[in-house]
Amino acid sequence: MRKFVVSLLAAGAFALSAAAASAQVVVGVSWNNFQEERWKTDEAAIKGVLDAAGAKYISTDAQSSASKQLTDVENLISQGANVLIVLAQDTDAIQPAVQKAVDEGIPVIGYDRLIENPKAFYITFDNKQVGVLEAQAVFDAQPKGNYVIIKGNSADPNADFLRSGIEEVIGDAVKSGDIKIVGETYTDNWDPTNAQKEMEQFLTVNNNNVDAVVCENDGMAGGVVAALAAQGMAGQVPVSGQDGDHAALNRVALGTQTVSVWKDARALGKAAGEAALALASGKMMDEIEGSVMFSGGPKGVEMHSLFLTPNPITRANLSEVIDAGWITKDEVCKGVPAGTVDVCG
Amino acid sequence: MAEATGVPGGGTGSLAQQRQIGPVRAFMNATEIDARMLGMIVALAVVWIGFHIMSGGVFLTPRNLWNLSVQTSTVAIMATGMVLVIVSRNIDLSVGSLLGFLAMVMGAMQTEILPPLVGYDFALTWIITLAVGIALGALIGALHGFVIAYLGVPAFIVTLGGLLVWRGAAWWVASGKTLAPLDSTFGMMGGGGHATIGATASWVIGVITCIGILVGILNGRRQRQRFNFPLRPIWAETFLALVGCGAVLGAIAVINAYPMPVGLARQYAAAHNIPWPDGGLFVSLGIATPVLIAIAAAVVMTFIANRTRFGRYVFAIGGNPEAAELGGINTRWIIMKVFILMGVLCAISGAVASARLNAATNALGTLDELYVIAAAVIGGASFAGGIGTVPGAMLGALVMQSLQSGMQLMGIESPLQNIVSGVVLVIAVGIDTAYRKRAA
Repeated sequence: MRKFVVSLLAAGAFALSAAAASAQVVVGVSWNNFQEERWKTDEAAIKGVLDAAGAKYISTDAQSSASKQLTDVENLISQGANVLIVLAQDTDAIQPAVQKAVDEGIPVIGYDRLIENPKAFYITFDNKQVGVLEAQAVFDAQPKGNYVIIKGNSADPNADFLRSGIEEVIGDAVKSGDIKIVGETYTDNWDPTNAQKEMEQFLTVNNNNVDAVVCENDGMAGGVVAALAAQGMAGQVPVSGQDGDHAALNRVALGTQTVSVWKDARALGKAAGEAALALASGKMMDEIEGSVMFSGGPKGVEMHSLFLTPNPITRANLSEVIDAGWITKDEVCKGVPAGTVDVCG
Repeated sequence: MAEATGVPGGGTGSLAQQRQIGPVRAFMNATEIDARMLGMIVALAVVWIGFHIMSGGVFLTPRNLWNLSVQTSTVAIMATGMVLVIVSRNIDLSVGSLLGFLAMVMGAMQTEILPPLVGYDFALTWIITLAVGIALGALIGALHGFVIAYLGVPAFIVTLGGLLVWRGAAWWVASGKTLAPLDSTFGMMGGGGHATIGATASWVIGVITCIGILVGILNGRRQRQRFNFPLRPIWAETFLALVGCGAVLGAIAVINAYPMPVGLARQYAAAHNIPWPDGGLFVSLGIATPVLIAIAAAVVMTFIANRTRFGRYVFAIGGNPEAAELGGINTRWIIMKVFILMGVLCAISGAVASARLNAATNALGTLDELYVIAAAVIGGASFAGGIGTVPGAMLGALVMQSLQSGMQLMGIESPLQNIVSGVVLVIAVGIDTAYRKRAA
């Protein structure tokens, strides 16, 4: 045991001195919770960009603890990171760590989640736009009638960003009376099981008179579709989702889900990796391609940002996720009758 | 012979005869109805009627009650085992996580492991999957039980560890991915539109249950006569038989009054070459599979708890562990068996939960441990050990789910739902504790 610790320490010291000695770019990434499936994909994309440029990748996992993330960031700085990519657990609690990095002249990139610091650079998919795309696909399929809106966790600001995007699409129709919202609810922890129960209750209350469901993510859409299927309504009622979950893409092929708005994690990781390299080489934030000023956060802080456009996946463009290697054709087409969807043959 | 005690109130013997008692108490004594159980049923009735009025007449409809029965089943299945765990003075905080892990393993079996070998929708996939899930559940339960009983680590700690371990393990099974869609036969366990037994089979089950109640009452009377125990008066026996049969058949009638939804009915008509009638086709769904599974679990667990040596030992250990051990009971092995049973029930519940969603997600069963424990405790299980009933736990599960569904029907937001559920839990147990103190 002691030997192990000693060798670990030695390895750490060696890594430290090596980093300090060379002029190599070191990119430190602080993940908030690496246990979630998708971050692995992001990491691979970031690493790919850095490897190609000969830069070094170091990372920490805060395991959903805002306080651990503080020490994580400090550790990354002391390990010699020239630039930080931070996926914040808590947008407020991360501020002291970000400030420390900024004070030391280390550029900070807020990855996927907003860090409201004027010196930080914010890279994300446009969440409001995701809501717009979700609602648009459902609205195109069913421009009138009784709508149910299944929102995510009430404590997650993304649930409200999405909702504001949804409002942009259906707001006018709701005012004019073409669309009637017959059920709207938050869902604890974005839990599919809860979403299923909510949908069952909405169907019961409205005696099945539900014409469309705008659902904020794919997991919950799975619960909604299960509830609709129990009433023989799956496939007749448009349902939205996001994330490009494999199960959801299969539902899109089967026709029980209308759209899954896909935020290609690899595009996000690639953009972050490239931005990190650019900032480390001394470029200014406004010199990064596609950079815009953003002040739409809760505190209205103005900061440099890069917004990627999400991609709505419907039956018509399922081939894009397959071509991108996100999912295999077999997974998409499982149980799909021949001749109904182009990509499945 | 105790046949002479035809007087109301005489049934339970001398104590009642000596005291001046009111007609209610006399009736309760004669029928030997558990006052706590009756209290719960009354409370449930109040909740149901309250929701019915507040939701504008939606709650007490066949459709909602049918939904309610399905929504209750996963928690109810686990609650039947949690009763024994709590009775034996232990606790299991890991059931929700264990359900998630086992559901993920069963999901992986039918979407990733078996299909390359035998193809999708192989006839035996569901049973192989279920067997693997149950075996693994038993194994994990045995591990918990072993550490608790033989190594002496408190159950609270072992299962708190289990809560973290199995939730993490659920993630590892598929790196957090959702596994779907599941095998179609396996999906029958979830009770979607096609996974019900229909009206006739439901009536058959109802009648068999009714006959079971009659036989039980007759048999009980014969046993009491044989051992010279005091008998219930004939009118009380008749009353119990009527109420029991009435409740069972009434429940079946309500369930059968819920017709197949129009969408499914059209598919049904097309499949059976029935011309579509103008007024719509009325096909009863009957009892849903998850409900049958839950009822079967309750019957088996009640039998185990009340009629087997193992069951009596569990209650003995809960009542007084030292005395039980000195009395020659192998307490450690019994405790380990309790946790094995709990693991098996988690597997069954996991199968139902994932089949219902037609997907295995690694968040499945999150917070279920709290609902399961709440159900057992509302149903009268005491943390002091030695007290608790399986039917009580089933009722407890029904109460918790009624509150949730009712509030969802009324459109109350989820944070408030949690507050109400929490308050009700504390009040229910508070009333129960006060009642027990008075009774003692």
